[in-house]
Amino acid sequence: MSGEELNKIKGNYIEERMKEADHGVVTVLVHMGTCGISAGATKIFSALQQEIDRLSLNNIRLKTTGCAGLCSQEPMITVEVPGQPAVRYGTLNAKKVIEIFYSHVLGGHVRSEHAISTGLEKPQKRVIGA
Amino acid sequence: MKRLLSEALAELGYGGRISLVETDCLVSCRQGPSMMFLPGGKVYQILTTENFTQIVGDLIHKTEHPSSPLFNAPQTEEEIPDIEDIDFFRQQQLIVLRNRGHIDAESIEEYIAHDGYGALHAALTTLTPEAVIETIKDSGLRGRGGAGFPTGLKWEETAKYDRHTKYVICNGDEGDPGAFMDRSIMESDPHAVIEGMIICGYATGSTEGYIYVRAEYPLAITMLQKAIDTARDRGLLGRNIMGSEFDFDIHIYPGAGAFVCGESTALMFSIQGKRGMPRIKPPRSSEAGLWGQPTCLNNVETFANIPRIILNGADWFKAIGTEDSTGTKVFSLTGAVKNVGLVEVPMGTDLKTLIFDIGGGIRGNGKFKAVQLGGPSGGCLTEQHLNIPVTFDSLQSEGAMMGSGGVVVMDDTNCMVDVARFFTQFCVDESCGKCVPCRTGLTVMLEILDRIVTGEGKPEDLEELEYLANHIAATSHCGLGQAAPNPVLSTLRYFRHEYEAHIVEKRCPALVCTNLIRFDIDENACKRCGLCARVCPADAIVWEKKALPVLIKDKCIRCKSCIRVCKFGAIS
Ligand SMILES: Cc1cc2nc3c(=O)[nH]c(=O)nc-3n(C[C@H](O)[C@H](O)[C@H](O)COP(=O)(O)O)c2cc1C
Repeated sequence: MSGEELNKIKGNYIEERMKEADHGVVTVLVHMGTCGISAGATKIFSALQQEIDRLSLNNIRLKTTGCAGLCSQEPMITVEVPGQPAVRYGTLNAKKVIEIFYSHVLGGHVRSEHAISTGLEKPQKRVIGA
Repeated sequence: MKRLLSEALAELGYGGRISLVETDCLVSCRQGPSMMFLPGGKVYQILTTENFTQIVGDLIHKTEHPSSPLFNAPQTEEEIPDIEDIDFFRQQQLIVLRNRGHIDAESIEEYIAHDGYGALHAALTTLTPEAVIETIKDSGLRGRGGAGFPTGLKWEETAKYDRHTKYVICNGDEGDPGAFMDRSIMESDPHAVIEGMIICGYATGSTEGYIYVRAEYPLAITMLQKAIDTARDRGLLGRNIMGSEFDFDIHIYPGAGAFVCGESTALMFSIQGKRGMPRIKPPRSSEAGLWGQPTCLNNVETFANIPRIILNGADWFKAIGTEDSTGTKVFSLTGAVKNVGLVEVPMGTDLKTLIFDIGGGIRGNGKFKAVQLGGPSGGCLTEQHLNIPVTFDSLQSEGAMMGSGGVVVMDDTNCMVDVARFFTQFCVDESCGKCVPCRTGLTVMLEILDRIVTGEGKPEDLEELEYLANHIAATSHCGLGQAAPNPVLSTLRYFRHEYEAHIVEKRCPALVCTNLIRFDIDENACKRCGLCARVCPADAIVWEKKALPVLIKDKCIRCKSCIRVCKFGAIS
C-alpha cells in the first residue's frame, strides 16, 4: 500500500457514499460493543436485517459499530438520512426499533420519543457532509 | 382505497410490478388512511379519492426511476437536542474515541477514509525513527496504563539497544474491576491500536508485536484479529510496509485473565508460557523483556493516541490537558451514576464535572458518598475532593490516583468497610504469591475486615490494619502489593467513623453488612403500610391493618427485602 493507494481507498469510499446519497440510501448504525450486545443489540440488528430482507430493500445500509459511549442507554442505533442530521436513538428493543424503521428509515418521520440526540460528536463528520 | 389502487395499477399495466401489502399503522392515526411506497419509503398520508390519481402517477414514476430521492423532510413533533447540547457529550473531547459509534470496526476502508494509516504513511515517508520519538517525547504523552511513565522516553530506551529481534507489546489485560476503556477501544477502533503499534515498531526498530488481551474480551479479540488480517492483506503489516524497508507483524496473545498479568514483566512471562509473576528490575524490559530481548510495552489507550499525535503534531497535543499531564484521558464511569459510559475529557478535568455534569449525578434519589478511582490500586475520595483537577500526579497526596481510568461512584447505600473488604478480597485472590507481604499480609488484613463486617471487630483492629497496610505497601515487590492497601487506607482516612460504627456500635450505617442489621422497626418512622410483611419471603413479619408490624427474629433470614421496599427507612 502506498500513499496513493491510501488516497484512492479514501476517494472510493467517499464516492460510494455520494452515490448512496444520490440514491437516497439510508444508513442505520447499530452500536454493538460488548455493552450494546449485553443489552440486546443483537436482537435489534437481526430485527432490522429481517425487515430489510423481507421487503427486499436495497437502499438501506445496515452497519455495526462499537460502543457509542453512553452504555446505560444501550441498545442504541443511529439513523443517517442523506442531507439530514444523524439521529441517535436509545434504550431500544426489537419493537421500538421496528417502529423507527418504518417511520424514520422508510418514512422520513423521526420518532422523537425514542431519540436521544441529533448530529454527531465533535470531531466526527460524515464524509459527504450533513 | 386498496381496491381502487389495485384496480388502477392493473389497468395501467403495473399489476405484477407493484405489489400491495397490508401493514400495521404507519404513522399517526389522525393522518390515515396512509400508505408507504418501497423502496424509498415515501409515506402518503390522508389518502382521498381526490389526490389519488396524483399518487398513482407518482408511484409509476418512482417505479420507472427507482433511484430518485424519495424522502419527505422529517416532521419532528418534539425538538430533539443536538448531541453537543447534551451534558454527557458536550464536555467530552474525543481523540482516542473519535471514531466511536461512527465507523465500522471491521472495515479498513472506513478507518482509512477517516484518516486512518495516514500517520503511519507520514511517519514512514517523512520522519526518521528518531524524529518520531522526538515528536512523542515533545507531546508529553504519558502511559495510560496507570503509572504515567513518559512514552517517548520508553521508546527511546528501547530504540537504544541494537539487537535483533525487538518487540512491541500492547497491554490489553485491563484487570481493574469497573474498567472497560481499553475493551471499548479495541472493539470499536482496532486499527487505531494497530497503527500506533506499527509506528512504535518503526520508531524503536522492532519487528514483532504482541497484543495481550484477556480471553474474557472475545469481541475485542475477534475485532483485532480481523483488523490484523485485513491490514496484512493490504500490506500494512508484514514485509516492506507501504513500500518501505520496514518489516513488522502483530500477533494476539489471549491472556487467562489474571490481574497480575497486567504487570509488564508478569505479562511477558505469560506470553512465554510461564507463570505470570513479576520479576525484579533491572534489567528494564526495554533492555531485556520478552524472550530476553529489548521490548517496548504500552497500554492500549497509549497506542491509540499515537496516530493523532503524528498527524496533528506535538504542539496540538500539548495544548490539551495540563502541563504535566497532556492530552485527554478516557474514563469508564460506572456505579451509582445516572449516565454509565465512556468519557474522554482533557486531563485536569475535576471529579465534579466528571460525576455530576457528565455523569448526571447519582442515579435515583441517593446521595453522593465516595468515588473509587483506579480500581483495587486506587483509593476512595469524597465530596471534599470533587474540585481537584484529575491528573497523573494530583491525587497522590489525597491517598488515591488516577490509575488506568476506572471511576466507580458510590452513594449512601454503599458501606465503605464492605467496599474496602471487596477490593482486599480481590487482591488476595489475584496476588501471585511470590512475596510474603502481599501473599500473607493481605490475607491477614482480609481476616480482620471479615471480622469487622460480621460484628466481631475489636477497637485495636484499626491500628493493626493501618500497620499491616503500611508495611505491605512498603515491602511488596510489585505494584499489586504496593497498592493493594490503598482502599483500606483511604477509607480509614475518610470514613473512619464507619469502621467505628461497625466495631463499637456493632452497626452498619449503610445497612449493607447483614450481620450488623438488627431488623428493628422504628415505631415513629413506620407508616404501617404493611409492604414489608407482604414482601417477606420467610413470613417473618406479622402485620395487621393500621398496626405496627412485628418481626419474628427466629424466622428472619436476613435477606433485606423489607429494608429495600420500606419507603420510610423504618427498618434498620
Ligand atoms: C498488578 C498490576 C496490574 C496492571 N494491569 C495493567 C493493565 O491491565 N493494563 C495496563 O495497561 N497496565 C497495567 N499495569 C501497568 C503495567 O505494568 C505498565 O505500567 C503499563 O502497561 C505500561 O504501559 P503505559 O506506559 O502505556 O501505561 C498493571 C500494573 C500492575 C502492577
